[in-house]
Formats: sequence, C-alpha cells, structure tokens
Amino acid sequence: MSAVADTLPRASPQWIRPVLSYGIAAVGLVIYPLVVPDFWAFQIGAQSLFLGVISLSLMFLGGYGGMVSLAQMTIAGVAGYLIAIVGGNSLNFGPAWPWWAAVPIAVAGGTVAAALIGAISVRTAGIYTIMITIAIAVAFFYLAQQNYTLFNGHSGFASILPPHVFGIDWRAPIPFYFLSLAVAVLSYAIVLYLSRSTFGVALQAIRDNARRMRALGFNVSAHRIAAYAIAGSIASLGGVLLVWFNSRISPGTIDTGPIFDILIIAVLGGMRHPVGPFLGAVIFVLLENFAIDFIDRERFNTLIGACFLAIVLFSPDGVLGLWDHLVALINRAGAANRMFQRPISSGDRTQPAATGRPIPGRR
Amino acid sequence: MKLFVLTFLNGLTLAGLYFLVASGFTLVFGLMRNVNLAHGSLYLLGAYLGYEVGDRTGSWFLAVAAGFLTAAIFGVLLQILVFRRMEGQELRQTLVTIGISIVMADLMLAIWTGETYQFEPPDWLYGGTPLPFVKIYPTIRIMVLVVSVLVGVALWLFLTHTRIGMMIRAGVDDRGMLSASGVNVQRVFATTFAVGAGLAGFAGVVGGSALSIAPGEDTRYLLASLIVVIVGGMGSVPGAAIGALLIGMAEQFGLAYSPTYGVVYTFVIMVAVLAIRPQGIMGRA
Repeated sequence: MSAVADTLPRASPQWIRPVLSYGIAAVGLVIYPLVVPDFWAFQIGAQSLFLGVISLSLMFLGGYGGMVSLAQMTIAGVAGYLIAIVGGNSLNFGPAWPWWAAVPIAVAGGTVAAALIGAISVRTAGIYTIMITIAIAVAFFYLAQQNYTLFNGHSGFASILPPHVFGIDWRAPIPFYFLSLAVAVLSYAIVLYLSRSTFGVALQAIRDNARRMRALGFNVSAHRIAAYAIAGSIASLGGVLLVWFNSRISPGTIDTGPIFDILIIAVLGGMRHPVGPFLGAVIFVLLENFAIDFIDRERFNTLIGACFLAIVLFSPDGVLGLWDHLVALINRAGAANRMFQRPISSGDRTQPAATGRPIPGRR
Repeated sequence: MKLFVLTFLNGLTLAGLYFLVASGFTLVFGLMRNVNLAHGSLYLLGAYLGYEVGDRTGSWFLAVAAGFLTAAIFGVLLQILVFRRMEGQELRQTLVTIGISIVMADLMLAIWTGETYQFEPPDWLYGGTPLPFVKIYPTIRIMVLVVSVLVGVALWLFLTHTRIGMMIRAGVDDRGMLSASGVNVQRVFATTFAVGAGLAGFAGVVGGSALSIAPGEDTRYLLASLIVVIVGGMGSVPGAAIGALLIGMAEQFGLAYSPTYGVVYTFVIMVAVLAIRPQGIMGRA
C-alpha cells in the first residue's frame, strides 16, 4: 500500500488514475444488469440512475453555482407532464405524437420552465433561492392538483410508456437500464465538461464572489439563468425517464416528499463532484427498497429524514466527504509511519500552486 | 355582490390566519437569517397537541394555550440544541429544518394518523353573526380576524415598546452591532424563536377551530408563510400583514372566480413583487 502511494504519482502520468477508475466503473455498470436479477437492474439500477440524473441537475446548480434550487423535481415534472400530454396516455388526451417529437418537446418545455424559474429566482441571492424555488415548486404541485383542464387533477395521467425502437421494448428491464445509463453518462459528461469550461469556471467564480465578477464585467444574472436552463435540460431528461419508469404521472410525483427527496439524494452523496448525486441515489433507492426489512414500511420518511439530518449535522459534504475524510485518515496514518521520509501528498499538492503565483518584486 | 362580499370576508379571515403563522416566520428569518422550513410542522404540532389538551380538559382556551406553549417550547429547544451549534451557516440550518420537517410530518402521521380533526370551540363561537350583504357569517371566522388583529397590535407593541423588542429590531438591522453593544444575543434569539414558534402553534389551534386539522396542512401553511415573507419583506411585521392580506385575498378570489387556476394568482403576485421590488414590499435592501 505504502509503496504504491509512493511510486504512483511519480511513475505514471496524470491521466492514468481517471482512466483506470472510469474504466472500472464503465465495465461494472455495463456488466451489472446482465448478471443480476431483473428487479436489481430495473428497480434498483435504473431508478438510481435517473434519480441521480435529476439530483445531478441540483448538484450542478448548487455545487458550481451556489444556488440550491428545490424546483428541480418540478422541472422534471413539467417535462413528465408534457410527455404525458403530447406523447399519448390512457385518456387519449392530447395529440399522441411519436417519441421523436414528444421527447424533444418535453425536454425543451422543461428547459424553458427552468430558465423562467431561474429568471425569477436570480432577482435575489443566497438563502432566498431556496425559499423562492420551494414556493414555486409547491405552487406548481397545488396547480397540478386542482386543475383538471390541463393536468387532469388528482389522478394525473397513466399508461405513458417508452416506445419500441429497433424492435426493442425500451421498458423491458435491461433495455430501460441501458437507456437510463446512457442518459446518466451523457448528463455526467456534460456537467463534468461544463465545470471545466470557461462558462463553468465563471459560474464557480460567481458562486464565490458575485460582486467581483460583476465588477469584472461578467453578466452575473445571465450566467445564473443559463445555469438554470442547462440544469433544467438535465432534470427534464431525468423526468422523462421517471415518467416512463412509473408509466404514470400525478401531482404525487411532484409533491413535497419527492421535491425534498432530490435534495436528500444530492446532500447524501455530496455536492462537490458530479458523482455524488449518483452515490446518493443508490443509497436512497436501497434504503427505500430494503428499509421494510428492519423498520415499518410506513415510517420510511422518518428513517430517510434521520439519515439526512445525520449527514447534514456530521458530514456536510455527504458520502464524498466521508470518503475524503477516510483517505485523509489513511494518509495521515501512513505519514506518521514515515515521519522521517519526505512528506508525500501535501508537498505535491502545494508545489504547483506556489509556482503559479507571481513572485513579488520581480518584473 | 353577495359572492364578492363573501369572498372578501373569507379572504380577510384567511389573511388573518396567514398573518398569525407568517409573522413568527418573518421575525425568526429577519433576526437569525434562519429559514425555518419546519414552521409549517410547528403549526401542525401546536394544532394536534392543542386538540389533545382540549379533548382531555374540555376547555378550548386551555387548548389554545397548550398550542402556543408546546410549539414555543419546541422552538426554544430547536434553537438551543440545533441552530446555536451552526451559527452563521444559513444553508446548513435550512437543510436541518427540512430534515426536521420530514421527520416531524412522518411522526405526526404515525401518532395522529391521516384523520381530520375538528376542535370544539365554546358555544358562543358557534353559529353566525348577521352582517350586511351576506346576511350571516360564521362567528368563528370573525373571531379569527379579531384575534389576528389583536395579536398584530400586541406584536407591534412588544417590538416597539419593550426592551427585548427593541433588541430584536436592532438585531434584524445589524446583528453584529447588537452583540458588540453587550446584549446577550443568544437570549434574544431564544425569545424570538419562542414567540415565532409559539405563534405558529397558536395559529394551529385557532386555524384548526375555524377550518380543520389534517396531514398536509403543514405544507399549506409553509407555502403561505414563504410567499407572505417573500412578498412582504423579511423581518417586517407590517410587511407580513400586507403580504398576508394580498395572498389571502388572491387565494379566495382565485377560488371563487377561477377555481382550477386559483394558485396562479398567488404565484403572479410573488413574481410581480420579485420583479419590481426583490427585497419585498416592506423589506430593506
């Protein structure tokens, strides 16, 4: 163990580690549905993936933009209602267009809704964002519940199924898993790419100091609204999968419970890296499905609420934070054993930063 | 005309109820920057515990007192045991209140089930009172309006004419300066939290008597409090009164004149205020 830690950073180029970890993850994610029972591929695997996608949109806004929006499930719900209305349902309400028309409309609609929510909530900052987005989310829930002309009120829409394309039934467990995996990988790649793009760096700078960025000539509101729109597209994709998975949508899908669930998933996993929401989603779905074994099924909310409280109170960075903490502990233990040797990780990390800084007094 | 006046009166009484709940919310938010998303749960907790006391003792007034006291005690415990430990971390505090509201809602559902409860207010509150245009109007709703006006006046006197009220107002404007001038800020915080939470519990019993109590009411009053504070401006009791009036009226007129889009009115008011005056009608920039 200590030999690896000593030699790896020197002997191998920097790209080895990400390629290795992504390679292992990719192989694992592809083999997983083929070796487990359908229940595990569909109920656990696919559900974790699309819930992770919806939470990823919150992680993108909260982690990089500093805007904790509780309206992400609502945006997923807008996309879900759109696909139910234009893509055909058991009530024969709406035009029943094919999937290649309905899905883009649903995602575009969700994105527009997200941009509007963004435009409303960027008028204020900080803690107000939570208040405004939760007010919007709950108001939309009440609208969907009391309106029968468009949302069909309390019962919503049923029999909303993914299409048969290339002769494959995309609602069958394994195809649906791979569909969800494709969407998850796409969203993950988009978020990772954006976080390193000029836009993403500007967004993170706005999170850290909006006033300074404004003084530098950046359009802070436009950046924030664009972030809402991008997160909205991701949440909409997740929303379409969610509706296909349940084959139905009703106000219950966008009630306060699911709204908070998305936040719980993001916080459980950790909001510092895009992988966090997916970890959180796996934990959440496992708890949801197996809590019944050790606690009354009716009391799932107490359990998940208590888990959420514990994470917020003791590990603000979620499971990712726990992992970092563990790595730091191991490193410290290793370093203590080799006190007389050169310091490993800490020295390597500060070196480039120090050289990057301009040296005072030198022209 | 009758529908209009009736809707107006309903809007007025609902506004009174919203004011009772939201004034505590706005005080806590303004002073401690703590968005207590468990505020709706405190409403429901006060209502249920008030019901239990009222049921056992047969006294509606004891029920009201119990609603206020239990919610106030719960609020102080929250402040001392939880929020004091994470001072200045607004986001974390807010996340904690979300966790608490989820657990509380679930535990209350476990204890009091999904049934709807109805209080038994004193006889003189039953029945109607004759009023112009509408002939007769439920006395208990008039009582809600009178009580909320009284509470509003009492709150105003408390904030402007008592020492601790002065401290609370000073804290809303500048917390750092208040603690620098030697005031025990923690005690001010605990008092504010007690009053704010107590008002939510009090409103639970009063509102539960005029309407009813059931699971889901916590969300409804949380939404009302949020919008009232966004519209009225944080930390401002007059702002809460104005916001409550606007929202109560919007909800009732929406229900009466376009039933399935009622909530849109509330929403439009919020968006309009945010577009024109993001800090709220009575809020300070």
